[in-house]
Order: sequence, then C-alpha cells, then structure tokens
Amino acid sequence: MKATASATDVPRRFTALQRALHWLMAAFILAMLFIGVGMVSTVSQRYLTLVSIHKPLGIAILVLVLLRIGVRLRFGAPPLPADLPEPMKLAAHLSHYAFYALMLAMPLIGWAMLSAAAYPVQVLNFTLPPIVPQSDTLHSLLWTAHYTLAFAFFALILLHLSAALFHALIRRDGVFGAMAPVPGRSAHRV
Amino acid sequence: MPPTRKVSPRATFGFLVLIAAVAGSTAAAFAYTAGWLSPHRLTPSRMVAGFGAPSAANLGHRRNHAKGLCFTGSFEASGAATALSRAAVFATGSYPVIGRFNLGTPDPTAKDGSVRVRGLSIQVKPPGGQEWRSGMINAPFFAVSTPQAFYALLTASGAKDPNAMGAFIEAHPEFKPFGAWTKTGPWTGSYAEERYNGLNAFRFIDAAGAASVVRWSLLPQVPPVAADPASLGAGGPDILAAEITKRLEAGPVRWTMQVTVADPTDPTADPSKPWPADRHTVNAGILVVSQVQPERDGLCRDLNYDPTVLPDGITTSDDPFPAARSAAYAVSYDARTAEAADYPRTVPAHGEATQP
Repeated sequence: MKATASATDVPRRFTALQRALHWLMAAFILAMLFIGVGMVSTVSQRYLTLVSIHKPLGIAILVLVLLRIGVRLRFGAPPLPADLPEPMKLAAHLSHYAFYALMLAMPLIGWAMLSAAAYPVQVLNFTLPPIVPQSDTLHSLLWTAHYTLAFAFFALILLHLSAALFHALIRRDGVFGAMAPVPGRSAHRV
Repeated sequence: MPPTRKVSPRATFGFLVLIAAVAGSTAAAFAYTAGWLSPHRLTPSRMVAGFGAPSAANLGHRRNHAKGLCFTGSFEASGAATALSRAAVFATGSYPVIGRFNLGTPDPTAKDGSVRVRGLSIQVKPPGGQEWRSGMINAPFFAVSTPQAFYALLTASGAKDPNAMGAFIEAHPEFKPFGAWTKTGPWTGSYAEERYNGLNAFRFIDAAGAASVVRWSLLPQVPPVAADPASLGAGGPDILAAEITKRLEAGPVRWTMQVTVADPTDPTADPSKPWPADRHTVNAGILVVSQVQPERDGLCRDLNYDPTVLPDGITTSDDPFPAARSAAYAVSYDARTAEAADYPRTVPAHGEATQP
C-alpha cells in the first residue's frame, strides 16, 4: 500500500531505541515483581539470592527509566488511531503516566525504605548512600507504599498486556505494531 | 486513516477468551510465586506468627528476643583474623559498635531471671560504608537443625496438646542436647559473664579469595559465677538490666571474639551440631561495651540485627538459618516499625533533638 504524505510525516512506530527500552524494561519489571513477591514468601536460601537480584535490578530499572523519559521527551510517541473511542484514548494516556510514575517511584521508594531502616544499600559490590534519614515512621510508610504499589504495578501490567493483545488481535489498528519488537503486518497497513 | 480489518464476532470472542487466558495465567503464576496457592509453604510471616499473636505489650517490640537494652562500644580488631577474611572490620583498629543485650522471649515484660536464652547483638561499622551485624546467644548449640524444625518447635511449644512436645522431640531428636542444656546448663547473674555464640556457620574470604567456613563466639573476660535462677527471680524483673548498668558505671566490659575454623568434615549446615573442641581458633579482637541505654530511646531500637548484613570478606554458607533469620527478622522489623506509636519514645529519635 502506498503511503500518503501525512503518513510519512507522522511516525507510526516508536523509534528502535524506544522499542528496545520498552521490551528490556518489560522483562526487567516483570522479573522484578515476581522476584519481589517470591522473596517475601520464603525462608529458604532462595530468599537471599532473590534479594541480591532485586536490589541491583531495581537500580538498573531506575537508570533505564531516566534514560527512557529523556528518549520519550525527545522522540514522542506515535498518535493513537483517530477512531479509537475517547475513553480508551484517555485510558491509554493515563496508563502511560502511571507506568512512568511507577517505574520511577518504585526503585526510589525501595532505596528510601532501606535507607529509613538503616540497612546498608548494597548493590553488587557498591554501597549506595542513604537517600532519607533513619526513621521508623518513614520506613513504615515507604514499606507500605512499596508493597501496595507493587500490586498496583502488576495489575497495570495485566491491563496493559490485555489492551496490547486487544489492539493486536481484535482491533488490528497498528497500536501494537507501534511497539512490536519487529514490524508486523498491522504496523505496515498505513 | 488505516482501514481496520474486520474480525468476525466468533473470532473476536475467541480472541477475548485468549486474552483472558493470558492475563489469567500470568496472574496465577504471580499468585503461585507469592505463595498464595501454597498454604503449607513456610513463609517468613508464618515463621514469625509461630511466636504467637503479639500481645498489646509486644506492639512496637521485636517479635522474639523482645526484651533488651541498647549498648554502645567498640570492636578492637587484633588483625589476626585478616589471615582468614579480608573484611575491613578485622584489620587492626577500633570500630564503633551499636549493640543490644537481649532475652530470648517474645514477651518484652518477661522477668529477666526467668529467661533461659540470653543474647547479644552487634553492628560494627568500620570506615568505608560496609558493616557487619551479628546476633549471638548463650546456648552452646542451636535447638534444631533446620528452619522447618524450628517452626515445628514453635508450634509444639505453643500447642495446648500435652503430647505435642513429646511428638516434636521424637521427630527431631537433635533437640535433646538443647533440651538438656535448658535444664542443666549453668546460669549466671550478669550479661557480662555470658559467652555468646554465633552458632551459624559463615564463610570467611581472604585477600586471595580463599574461603574458610567459620563460626564465632564472644568469650567473656569477666569470670562467670554460677547463679541460682530462683535468686535471680527474687532480684526484681529487670535484675540483669540493672546489673549491667551498674557494672558499666565502674568501667567497660569486654569479650574476646573467637573465630573457629571448620575442618572439611565438620557439619556446617547444622547449627545444632557443635564442632570438635580442638578446631583451629583465631582471636579476632575484643568487643568493648562502654555504655547502656534503655531500648525505648536507644540506638539499637530501630536496627534490625539481620545476620546477613555482612561486609565484603564474609558471606553466608550452606547453613540455612541466616537466610531464614533475615527473612523473618524483616517481617518483625516491618511490623514493629509500623507500631512505633505503641512504644513511644521519650526523646526524639536520630538527631532530631535540638543540637546544643
């Protein structure tokens, strides 16, 4: 199909860098949530192994999300299909804000929570500085936030996954193709 | 605008079912990982619940070893342990310590003279940001071989069934020496006269990367004097706290930190099994306790003496307890910091007080 002038002006897909960041972080974050919920469910030696992955992975996600925010501000996002109902457009936009907020907040809350409890924040061979003063009240608040937001994050991912599949399988409107790792048919139908 | 390819209603329904299945199975995998589908998994919360529901008096306190008092002092490293571990804490020097004398009971109002197990915990912070935390007890060996057996012990000792302990001991014969120690082991009248044993095995890594499996103990420099538990009870509910407070007014109290190196054949994964007495030992330094503070406002209050907070040069071994303790202590810590209002301080915490 021949592209129209407007179709060449408006990007239909996220840039390769954005797609790479998306899928890398998707794997990291999903792993992180499973590790988090798994580590607090066991008293076996796996507990220590999982904790020792959870911390550096969290810091990696923090670094990646900072990079990703910069990339998003630089390159933007392809527009949603014009015929997408307004409530779905609103949900899509809000969910993106929620994702960025959670990706940024969760590692910082985790780091702050350990700081408030006066645990040394050991990440691989480095000891990170505390980012908040020691405080039982603050620790309790941050712990509750970390725990609660983790489930909210997982719920959001389930919603995002379902919506992505809905676009890919049922609406076939190019939304999934915009972020697909390799161009699919739906991304080309412009 | 790209033309949207029509999907038949039948196919749409099929795809919706598929999407629900993908989301549902992801959620199920998550629930399984969290242990929600495994009611018999020994989770850290279950372990902590094994100590019984916290009474009103216990809110804000540790869930076990609930009664204690804070101390400050130093670890005077001799340098001798540098042959075994490259940890900065063993290099000759004096490093600040925040510690806690404690009693092995979930009841913070227990009478000092009534508690068989006494403990000492330390946080040692050499320069450089790394630290070493350790919790030790006066028992010469641990009660059981595995965290699962410890949970069974908690369950049996809390059970109403008079045969529960008998059944437990039958299933866990390793408990017998500990049971005998609780009845016939010596008592002293002072925290200062106790020997505190780390019991768990850890790995020391030297400068060349070679590992030794070790256990450590604090040997009192004050000669122990046998005390009668009955007379301890007559001395008031806080006799040990009062005794150590008074003793420290006359000067610091010291322990020698002795590190014992395992032979390759020694049981390293089972803290209920002591190693033979002739094993190679190294005196790593002296713990000097200078001052005590009531726990309520003390520096040890909000520290979690998690035995897996280790500096470079010390790691966990195949002993399963440090991991279990770390997981359970975190649950206790998270619970008690959320209950801080039930255990209010009398002075503001952590330097929030007005500076002079």
